[in-house]
Amino acid sequence: MENIINRYRNVTILVAILFAQVLGLAIQVKRSNDDESSRLIRIWAIEAVTPLEKAIVWFQSGTSNLWHGYIYLRGVRQENRDLKQQVETLRLEQVRLAEDARQARRLQALLGFKEQYITQTMAAQVIGLSGSAQSRLFFIDKGSNDGIARDMAVISADGVVGKVLHVYGSTAQVLMINDQSSGVGVMTETSRLQGVVRGMPNGTVVLDHIMNDEVVQPGEKVLTQGGDQIFPKGLLVGTISKVEHGRDLFLNIQVKPSADLGKLEEVLVITKQEDREPEAADNSVVRAVDILEKKLPSVPDKPVTSPVGPGAAVSVTTTQKSPQTKTNANVVTPSAAKTGTVKTAPVAKPTAEPETTTAAPAVTNPTLQDQPQ
Amino acid sequence: MPITYTSKEQIEVYRFSIPVTIAAPLLALFLQAFLPLRMSWFSYLNLPLLMVIFFAVARRNPVTGLLTGAAIGLLQDQLTQLPLGLSGIANTLVGYGASSLGVKLDVENAGSRFLVTIFFYALHEVVYFSVARGLVRMNLHWSWPHEIGSAVVNAFVAVLLFQLMDRFKQRT
Repeated sequence: MENIINRYRNVTILVAILFAQVLGLAIQVKRSNDDESSRLIRIWAIEAVTPLEKAIVWFQSGTSNLWHGYIYLRGVRQENRDLKQQVETLRLEQVRLAEDARQARRLQALLGFKEQYITQTMAAQVIGLSGSAQSRLFFIDKGSNDGIARDMAVISADGVVGKVLHVYGSTAQVLMINDQSSGVGVMTETSRLQGVVRGMPNGTVVLDHIMNDEVVQPGEKVLTQGGDQIFPKGLLVGTISKVEHGRDLFLNIQVKPSADLGKLEEVLVITKQEDREPEAADNSVVRAVDILEKKLPSVPDKPVTSPVGPGAAVSVTTTQKSPQTKTNANVVTPSAAKTGTVKTAPVAKPTAEPETTTAAPAVTNPTLQDQPQ
Repeated sequence: MPITYTSKEQIEVYRFSIPVTIAAPLLALFLQAFLPLRMSWFSYLNLPLLMVIFFAVARRNPVTGLLTGAAIGLLQDQLTQLPLGLSGIANTLVGYGASSLGVKLDVENAGSRFLVTIFFYALHEVVYFSVARGLVRMNLHWSWPHEIGSAVVNAFVAVLLFQLMDRFKQRT
């Protein structure tokens, strides 16, 4: 017997080591919360590797900053001029969008909608990957010591990147949206169809759970829908690149992530978001009628001394608030934009806006609009 | 082909200092996790696996080979979110196989190293995919062009890497 064991010593040890690992695998697979069972071992390995990665990234970014910030400044003046022009254009755009946003908030307040607001973010640097093609995650240089917690959303300037999977003292693991174990609740931008974006084994991203009879066009943007309580609503996830009819009930939709997941250097972790009802801009109770009143022609005051006649009717008509104009809109002139000041001035704006559709029909009575008093 | 059968007496068995034994796999693991950030083509490589093959072939001891494979594989698993043991099992088998082969074949020259690496890379992938699908129920994508390309790239890098690592060999 001893002879046999000695003879097959190598194979026996091989079988024993393999058996131990298979047993360990089975235990981890059976336990739903597998991260707790192997957490300590993982912490040792990660804490051993990540300090070196952090040091190299720190040195690299320091050198790069020194070079690009103090030495290699070719073309910076021209770039600065271009950027200033871009800032002016964007400020004008921002004012217009801010006005639209205020109107949207007023309407949401009317309807009692609760919205998720990003109230705090933290910039983090990507310091390493998992090193495995089957595991699409990366490590960032911020951890629980910096306030990072599990399931926080991670985004970049281009769009959604992933979510925090595991948190350690000074580092955290982020699962990217193209990993096959990830899933993000999304909706399409124009058709407002809801589905789930998930990763495939080959690293592509697909949009699931859209029925075969729905119409989805390539090029349509995919946004987060906020239902998963991780990603706030409205963040850009990607663009639909390919649509095919699937064998089952659902379409096969491929999505090109808007964030370049292969070349991430810095990301933003959303550390705080709040559910709150949008506030109306003037902090008072706003009724639909009040909003409509601003949009629709008002009934003019009765002239004090004017005889009833055709001339009076003309003067009344000219003093009416025109349906083609809207007051109290903020406009930034280019000169003001340079100084950062915002002037208030009336600006022409079409009245065909969505909120007017929610109005009480009585106010839109055309007989009141043109009738002189 | 430069692969030749040799007797056990002709085969030299090497050993490595403790710092090299510990630092080389850790460095490989670190590079595997760090370099693909800057060079995306680096993700085709599997440096920890190349370390397993190198140490196993040089030591020519199946038990040491399989233990080295298990240790490096488990370390590799710890940087992922996947269950521990996926790379562990695959690398254990590679370590055992490479050291057993090292006893029987002369694997000191570039040609044999190239072929041995291709073979063990393929073995590693087959075992990994089998375990991942069979035991963990993972849905993995097998792509022949990707696997063949990766095997060849790894084999090329192995030839260069093994020459570099030969400097740390110590005769017993």
